[in-house]
Amino acid sequence: MQDFYNIDSLLSEEEIAVRDSVRRFVDDNVLPIIGECYVEGRFPKEIVPGLAELGVFGANLPEEYGCAGLNNVAYGLIMQELERGDSGVRSFASVQGALVMYPIYAFGSEEQKQHYLPKMAAGEIIGCFGLTEPDFGSNPAGMITMAREQSDGSWVINGAKMWITNGSTAQVAIVWAKTNDDKDQRSIRGFIVPTNTTGFCAKDQKGKLSLRASDTSELVLEDVRVPKDALLPKSGGLKSPLMCLTQARYGISWGALGAAIACFEEASSYAKTRIMFDRPIGGFQLQQLRLAEMLTEIVKGQLLCVQLGRLKDRGEFTPQQVSLAKRNNVHIATDIAREARRLLGANGILAEYSAMRHMANLESVYTYEGTHDVHTLVLGQAVTGLNAFGA
Amino acid sequence: MKIAVCIKRVPDMESRFRISGDGKVVDETGLKFDMSDFDGYAVEVALQITEKLGQGEVVVVSLGPDAVQEALRKALSMGAARAIHLKADQVPRDGFAVARALAAELESGGFDLIMFGKHAMDTMSGVVGPMTAELLGLPNVSAVSKLDVEQGKGTARRELEGAAEIVEFPLPAVVSIDEGIARPRYPSLKGIMAAKKKPLESKPAQLDPTRLEVTKTELPPDRQGGRIIGEGAAAVPELVRLLQTEAKVL
Ligand SMILES: Cc1cc2nc3c(=O)[nH]c(=O)nc-3n(C[C@H](O)[C@H](O)[C@H](O)COP(=O)(O)OP(=O)(O)OC[C@H]3O[C@@H](n4cnc5c(N)ncnc54)[C@H](O)[C@@H]3O)c2cc1C
Repeated sequence: MQDFYNIDSLLSEEEIAVRDSVRRFVDDNVLPIIGECYVEGRFPKEIVPGLAELGVFGANLPEEYGCAGLNNVAYGLIMQELERGDSGVRSFASVQGALVMYPIYAFGSEEQKQHYLPKMAAGEIIGCFGLTEPDFGSNPAGMITMAREQSDGSWVINGAKMWITNGSTAQVAIVWAKTNDDKDQRSIRGFIVPTNTTGFCAKDQKGKLSLRASDTSELVLEDVRVPKDALLPKSGGLKSPLMCLTQARYGISWGALGAAIACFEEASSYAKTRIMFDRPIGGFQLQQLRLAEMLTEIVKGQLLCVQLGRLKDRGEFTPQQVSLAKRNNVHIATDIAREARRLLGANGILAEYSAMRHMANLESVYTYEGTHDVHTLVLGQAVTGLNAFGA
Repeated sequence: MKIAVCIKRVPDMESRFRISGDGKVVDETGLKFDMSDFDGYAVEVALQITEKLGQGEVVVVSLGPDAVQEALRKALSMGAARAIHLKADQVPRDGFAVARALAAELESGGFDLIMFGKHAMDTMSGVVGPMTAELLGLPNVSAVSKLDVEQGKGTARRELEGAAEIVEFPLPAVVSIDEGIARPRYPSLKGIMAAKKKPLESKPAQLDPTRLEVTKTELPPDRQGGRIIGEGAAAVPELVRLLQTEAKVL
């Protein structure tokens, strides 16, 4: 779309080059197949080697671990471009990079980092992140999955995780489990669990009407025994998985804009060519209002993201700032997708166009990584100092 | 194997073009630019050759204003080793002036192979490659659709109308690359970061006065809407008549 506010002038030459390279990849490899994948309910695994070769997985992690070592604005632009293709594709990359590679990088031992990160950057090992449980969504602190240390130092994990992106595709799962009673502030620890370990079972969650081009699975862990070195040594407490989520949410703030941009582009081109009552529907004020609102919200969202990225690069960003960006950008993106769908009339309900696919996808994005409501409470607490979460 | 690839920065051909106020050239304001398509193929082929041989160096060269450095950086991020920018206020419309400036630079470079795109997407002259070859006294193969090189020798395939031609030539040589030969790789994110640290030498181009002047540039006429002249077999005579008298294609 047209760069209405010259936001490119806020970006470096490399940041633009990164965006354009991923953009071209998505144009060539995602857009032609994604509508069909969505209808079939299948994640397009075939694009993983290409994404790896480009270097999108864990792109903001250091080069010494086989990653691209990009800054956070470039990383965000990658997420934007991937989600311009589909939220499922961006989700795959978010999980791999921010929810699996990041915790290994942040909480792992040097051996774990050396072993996993280069292979994950190369797409040879796919990961998933198991935090949510059937009875504990917005309140992960209540999780019941338990890891018990054995006399030989190994761990035995029991529990169930739900809504796990990449769950059936992954070779390793980062599983969050309690290791002690709730009085222990560091009870929740992260484990790197190979998905072929005896007792580990992943089941595809059927019947999704959103994020259909993404693998979402239920994980069941029954006496899953992992060695001592499966533990992420520096993880401890709910804070650890929340740190991962902050990383992923940062990317989602950008990603949602990508979906919004796709919808805006589709709607604006449709508005110029669809003739009704002898003129392009874009010539009617009602449709212009739709397009003007979309453009305005996208521009505001982009400015928000660039600033958030710069703050993150300076090490100055707060989780509350990320909450604001995730909450706002996903919200405006869902509105934009819906308005684009409506502008397209009957065509808007077809998989051949992208608006309704994005619209349905964004409902998942609205809910995962902290629901819109939960981020409202985060901001409410930041403003008032009062906790409205409940217990 | 030392390979030079000459690349040109051109407007994105899918842009909506406008003609400048004087009616002579395309108005560049608001246009997006990129490396010309055929030049991208040439960069890809050059990289594949050095990768296959496991040795060698790809050097990219571009003539034009500072903005061409963007295209050079792109080639560096694809994997070229270094870049040379021949500085000029604009790219002269006279291909011979460009060829002279390029030949002056390439002459002493010790290149085994000098590559061009078949033609630039904007001007479509297709002369700079062959002229450069002539100025350097090197063999030239144009519109190459497949290329193999080995010790001192190259083999190229050229697509003709309904046939193909295989050409052998000694190195050093100049070739220009046709489409379909290889898909240019996406600059990888690591490649983009690495490109920042690769050498890009900028120096003035040695340009002779241009001997060509563009006096007018026109946009194609607006497409008229279609016309339905009837249905089924009954409409055929009228269709044939219009194809003969109006469209003048029969
Ligand atoms: C497609 C998809 C992929 C996912 N991928 C992953 C993954 O890879 N890994 C993972 O661990 N999880 C994943 N999730 C799970 C996701 O993070 C949770 O669904 C989310 O945290 C919400 O939990 P819940 O669905 O149990 O909703 P609930 O927590 O039951 O919430 C239900 C409703 O109540 C509201 N609510 C909850 N608490 C409050 C409160 N205190 N005040 C006001 N309102 C409240 C919520 O906003 C929501 O509207 C995924 C989910 C989806 C849909």
